[in-house]
Amino acid sequence: MAQDTEQQHPISIYFWIWGLLFVLSFLSYMVDYINLQGPIRWTLILLFMFLKAGFIVAIFMHMAWERLALKLTILLPPIALGIFIVLMVYEADYTFLTRIVFFGEGAALSVHH
Amino acid sequence: MSEAALTETGDVLLEGTRGVITDFSADKQTFHMPWGKAMMWFFLLSDTFIFGVFLTSYMTVRMSIRDAWPIPSEVFALSFGGEPIPLILIAIMTFILISSSGTMAMAVNMGYRKDRNKTFWLMIATAAFGAMFVGMQAFEWTKLIVEEGVRPWSNPMGAPQFGAIFFMITGFHGLHVSAGVIYLIVVARRVKNGFYERTGGNYEMVEIAGLYWHFVDLVWVFIFAFFYLW
Repeated sequence: MAQDTEQQHPISIYFWIWGLLFVLSFLSYMVDYINLQGPIRWTLILLFMFLKAGFIVAIFMHMAWERLALKLTILLPPIALGIFIVLMVYEADYTFLTRIVFFGEGAALSVHH
Repeated sequence: MSEAALTETGDVLLEGTRGVITDFSADKQTFHMPWGKAMMWFFLLSDTFIFGVFLTSYMTVRMSIRDAWPIPSEVFALSFGGEPIPLILIAIMTFILISSSGTMAMAVNMGYRKDRNKTFWLMIATAAFGAMFVGMQAFEWTKLIVEEGVRPWSNPMGAPQFGAIFFMITGFHGLHVSAGVIYLIVVARRVKNGFYERTGGNYEMVEIAGLYWHFVDLVWVFIFAFFYLW
C-alpha cells in the first residue's frame, strides 16, 4: 500500500461535522418554515446546501486528505456541468418568453414560477 | 519532519502541483490508492452527472413553463390532528440520512482500527437508517399517488410535469439508497465473518462502501434544496 496513514483521524472530527450537518439541515428547514421568500430565500438555501455538500465531500468522503490529482480529477469535471446549467438557464428563459410571445398573454398563468 | 510518503515502487511522492504532474506521468499508477477506491470515485463522478442532468432538466422545465409549480411545503405537509406541518416528513428523512452518514463515517474509522464488531454494527445501523429512509419515501409516494392524484402526466395542484420530475428524481435516488442498503449489509457480513482478514487484513472495502453511502446523502442534500425547499 502506498500510504501508511490509512485515513485514520481522531473520531471526534466526525462528531463535530456530524453535528454541524444537523445544524445546517435545521437552518435549511427553518428557511422554509419561517416562510422567507425571494432572493434571501434562494441565497440561504444555496449557502446551506453548498456548506453541507462541502463538508460531506471534504471530511466524510476524506477528500480533504486525498492527493491533489484525485481532488482535481473529481472536482473539475462538474464545472462542465455548471456551464451546462448556465446555458440551460438562458435556454429555459428563452423558451418561456417565446411561449408568451407566440401563445398569447401567459404571464398571468404563472402564480408560482 | 515526517517521513516522505512513497509510491508502490519506492519513489518519493511529491505534493501540490508537482505531485499532480508526477502522478499523471507515473509509470504504473496515477492514483495511489486501492483500485477499488479509485473506481468508486469515478463511478460517483459519473453518477454526479446523472443526477446533475436530472436536476438541470427539472430546473429547465420549471423555468420554461407558464403553469404554476405546486408549492412543495404545501404538497409535502403532514398534519397530526392539528395544523399541517410543512415538510415535516422530508425534514425527518434528512435527519435520518445525516445520521446514517455519521454512523457510516464511524464504521470506516472502526474498520481501520480493526474493530470488526463495532464496524459491523455501525454498518448495520447505517443500513437500517437507509431502509427507514426508503420506507418513508415509499409512504410519500403512496400518499401522493393515492390521495393527491399525482401522476407522471398530470396532477390536480398545478404544472402537469411535476409528477414526472418528482418520481424520476426521487425514484432514482431511492433506488440508489436501496442498492446501498443491500451493499452495506453484504460488506458488513463479510467484516463480521472475517472475510477481509483472509484477503489481506485491510478494511478498505468499508471505506469504499462509505464513499458510496456519503454520495447518496450528498445527492439528497441537493434534492432537498432544489426540489423541496426552492
